[in-house]
Amino acid sequence: MSAKTKTISGKEGQVGTTQAIRALLRKELLVELRTLESVPGMSLFAVTTFVVFHFALNQNSVSGDEAAGILWVTLLFAAMLGVNRLFVADEDQGGFDAFLLAPVDRSAMLLAKALALLAYLLVLELVAVPAFGLLLLGPSLGQALPELLVVLVLADLGVAVIGTLVAALAVRTRARDLLGPLLALPLLVPVVIAGARATSPLLGLTHAEHPPARWLLTLGLYDLVFGLIAYAVFDFLLED
Amino acid sequence: MIELDGLVRRYGEREALSDVSLSLAAGQTLVVFGPNGAGKTTLLRVLSTLLRPHSGEVTVLDRRLPQDAWAVRGRVGLLGHEPLLYRELSARENLRFHARLHGVGEERVEELLAAVRMRDRAQEPLRALSRGMVQRVAIARAVLHDPELLLLDEPRANLDPAASELVEPLIGAASSRTRVISSHDPGGGLSEADLVLGLRAGRPALLREAGDVDPEEIAELYR
Repeated sequence: MSAKTKTISGKEGQVGTTQAIRALLRKELLVELRTLESVPGMSLFAVTTFVVFHFALNQNSVSGDEAAGILWVTLLFAAMLGVNRLFVADEDQGGFDAFLLAPVDRSAMLLAKALALLAYLLVLELVAVPAFGLLLLGPSLGQALPELLVVLVLADLGVAVIGTLVAALAVRTRARDLLGPLLALPLLVPVVIAGARATSPLLGLTHAEHPPARWLLTLGLYDLVFGLIAYAVFDFLLED
Repeated sequence: MIELDGLVRRYGEREALSDVSLSLAAGQTLVVFGPNGAGKTTLLRVLSTLLRPHSGEVTVLDRRLPQDAWAVRGRVGLLGHEPLLYRELSARENLRFHARLHGVGEERVEELLAAVRMRDRAQEPLRALSRGMVQRVAIARAVLHDPELLLLDEPRANLDPAASELVEPLIGAASSRTRVISSHDPGGGLSEADLVLGLRAGRPALLREAGDVDPEEIAELYR
């Protein structure tokens, strides 16, 4: 029997993009489970930062704008740790070359990496948000949680796409640890602003029922624009 | 199968390959000799589509590069200095990952693990294996998708004589594939070659049928 059981999609002999994304994502999560290089570091960073804020602010609790600012800045810097590590194993162990030799659409790697980063961010928030509620937040988190989840997911999509794009650009340079955050942070400022503005009413002493729609829309639009940009340019970042 | 006409590849200002022209028919083996930095690895990477030629015409598997690179990928097996495997994953996990990327069934993974005698250690992460064992897994990875063209960069590095014999059906003459091999071993390389290319500082210093090459000419490349 032939070794090849290829799914034809678009170009002759090319393996289906969904199959490639599944393979890449599975590998990505397996490597993270084995090495624990990203998610534990991100989570620990976030919790430690909340502890530092707790003492530095000399306040028992924060709310409103202040709370939203602390939460989003902390999540952003914690996300940077994951962004910086995203392609390191591929670059150092030849994963890029192996992928480029395979008959698959290059966008499969963008999607798989963005999904992996999204998963890391969700796990980070699973740890960081309750820690934030416990260590810093004055008002109860319970009521705000469903709306906060919507804001977090919308912002995470933007961070995942922009983070993947920037990480792919930075990883092949000698100053990758510096270049990643330098490129990502300015691009992510709108996500932080929109995230914080959408979150602020939810974390106020008088809990608002819904986050402001225009900030949710801003986040959605930003995700869409950068999603399209990333899809258009990702091939060029991988090719020689 | 492979046609090169005036191939040039640069790294910045430096020409890593300069005016390389040759023709290799299907089923033949080209062995490339030359000292470190002569351009052997660069040539293999251009043929594999990983590097673009900067000028000249390159045809691999009857397709022009870089325009038709998409049609060549998946039909080429590259065994380089790096195994292109993840150290934290086991041999089986690595091969399954590559099998999925190439649309190859998992039974082929088991077949190759048996062929390189790695089934007993297939569950261990690669970082726990010796370099020779990792090289055997890398060879299995290179032939996993049954490529028409094999590009082998010093393929028997790190292999003991028994392992070298073990992989012969996969990457040796018995594999009946078209092969381009980079080698530093004049005796072993010549015995495998149909065509010999000697490179010095990226330029062809020797290009002849293997039967017409004196081992002393190859030794001369390294002086």
